Amino acid sequence: MTPARAVSLVAKREFVAKVRTRSFLIGTAVIIAVLAGYVVLQSLLFDDQQRSVVGLSGQATQLAQPLKDKAGSFGIEVETRDVTTMTDAEQQVRDGSLDALVTGAPPALKMIVKGSGDQVLTTALNDVLRQQVLVAQLAEAGITPQQVAQNLANVSVAVTALEPVDPQQGQRLAIGLVVAALLYYSLLVYGTMVAQGVVEEKSSRVVEILLATVRPWQLLLGKVIGLGAVGLLQLLVISTIGLALSSAFDVVDVGALGGTALLTGVLWYLLGFFLYATVFAAAASLVSRQEELQSVLTPISMTIIIAFVAGINLMIGSPSGPTVTVLSLLPPFAPILMPGRMAMGVAPAWQVLLSVVLALAAIAAITWLGGKVYANAVLRTGARVKLREALRL
Amino acid sequence: MPERVLEIDGISKRYGEVVALRDMSFDVRAGELFGFVGSNGAGKTTTMRIALGVLAADSGEVRWNGRTVDLDTRRRIGYMPEERGLYPRMRVLDQLVYLAELHGMGTNEAHKSAENWIARLGLRDRRTEEVQRLSLGNQQRVQLAAALVHEPDVLVLDEPFSGLDPVAVDVMSQVLREKASAGVPVVFSSHQLDLVERLCDRVGIVSAGSMVASGTVDELRSGGQSRLVVESPATGWAATLRGVRVVEQDGTRCVLELADGTDDQAVLHAALAAGPVHEFSRQRPSLTELFRNVVTTEGRST
Repeated sequence: MTPARAVSLVAKREFVAKVRTRSFLIGTAVIIAVLAGYVVLQSLLFDDQQRSVVGLSGQATQLAQPLKDKAGSFGIEVETRDVTTMTDAEQQVRDGSLDALVTGAPPALKMIVKGSGDQVLTTALNDVLRQQVLVAQLAEAGITPQQVAQNLANVSVAVTALEPVDPQQGQRLAIGLVVAALLYYSLLVYGTMVAQGVVEEKSSRVVEILLATVRPWQLLLGKVIGLGAVGLLQLLVISTIGLALSSAFDVVDVGALGGTALLTGVLWYLLGFFLYATVFAAAASLVSRQEELQSVLTPISMTIIIAFVAGINLMIGSPSGPTVTVLSLLPPFAPILMPGRMAMGVAPAWQVLLSVVLALAAIAAITWLGGKVYANAVLRTGARVKLREALRL
Repeated sequence: MPERVLEIDGISKRYGEVVALRDMSFDVRAGELFGFVGSNGAGKTTTMRIALGVLAADSGEVRWNGRTVDLDTRRRIGYMPEERGLYPRMRVLDQLVYLAELHGMGTNEAHKSAENWIARLGLRDRRTEEVQRLSLGNQQRVQLAAALVHEPDVLVLDEPFSGLDPVAVDVMSQVLREKASAGVPVVFSSHQLDLVERLCDRVGIVSAGSMVASGTVDELRSGGQSRLVVESPATGWAATLRGVRVVEQDGTRCVLELADGTDDQAVLHAALAAGPVHEFSRQRPSLTELFRNVVTTEGRST
């Protein structure tokens, strides 16, 4: 039997055994449900914030179009309704189906709102009102209002941006954070899964039968590949559904941006998983019972958690700052921070390349070292094996 | 070149200061059931783990058909470790198919063989259940099936009978005998010496990391000192005989141990001279007594 066949048999078993479990199916469903809920919520909030319903009564109805135009230039959408009975309309303001009620004739307009009212809407209405007054007075003075409007439109401040602002920056940040969060979740969950698998084999002693027919490195590699594939499958399912939902609900304009983020996410998942899974497996091979597992995994989990928590905060603050830049190059942190920075579009090509090279070098070193620890420790049951002993030979 | 022989040749293993095995040697031939007995910590499990390559020996060699055992030949060995090991959350059939495949069988062949052993060991109703849901006895059967599913050329079983009910013991004995008569060398360790005595063609007794006696049960017996059981109402007659030691006097029954070269007929005459003799027989030591004898002598000499 070739080593490749042995590795693929082990990988297949790990994959099938994990995908079949209820926890995997339920876990995936829960994540998708949370994601869907988040997207729907976002789109509702989005809609709500961006749209105001204004009731217009009497002579105020003629302001409908100018108000819509003016509000539109401020980036909010206004829907107007003509109202006839004042008491009804006031009640509608009270129960929130109208955001504002405008009555009276220009220039003596009255606006009725529930609480403090929308600042932007008020400004827009004031502007419209002033313009109407201005037009009326210009007409009185014998000047063509159209001419003035034309002249006014031609006047504006010339703005020169030293650092051009990406119109998609907000979306990029959102995608970057989501990618970092997904990678954080996948690395932590699937790394722990590898560790649990190693201990399960050790505590159930099945490893002794297995190692009579396959070599330790084949068993380790098969396990890492099999569980890595499960993680990849889950990542792909979640991101695809996430992207589809986001574009369906118009939360972010995904398109090319989302596709690239997905691709870098997959690349970094693979790099990160191979980096961490071997460490998880080697650490797990030191203990014989699931109860002892937590103590050896904590330092590894902490590294990932720190990379995520600290990284996210720094990334939101200054994605190109020196701390984030350096951290995102270092192998233990790169799998979470670099794809985030890449999605935000703030990582130059040389940094991406450098971090990939460093990660690959770290994977080679870790696999060699972790494989050795695993091979030395996996058959030693009972007391926890000291790392120093496992590194011998 | 020896054909179908598993040879354990001069294996030594130390754990730090502790010597686990010292020059352990024996061989198991084709068609032979070899019983491996010894007290706890004598080195049986260590020997088997080294034979399976799960542990590395400090020196010595394990050979199959005259060639050093490597990973490819190890795949042809069926192994039942002392600590039972199966995936607790895997179904019986899947588990056996997987193990058969890992030992080099093709997928179809593996399925056929797994189904075959499931049926033979009476596990048909349990084939799609998770191993952890089975009773301990049934888990043992699955464990045996796991050792047999790839139709191995050699069987190495560590304590295969421990924890089995009498029916399962019979099933296990039958399967082992059958495998042996099909030409497979079978070596197993056990503390159930009566079982070993009944089942095995040859027995090896291990003490403190080395093989102290090995051979057929009859050969081992003949090596021990001969004992006589004499039933006679007369007492005290044997105490004065040369080369005779009274081991036990229980009412009218007395057990004598004869030094080498002592004539048992002279003892009979002496007994008859003292009174009527109702029983006079040569006592054949059981394996248990042999074992005790060997182990305690060894204990004293080391």
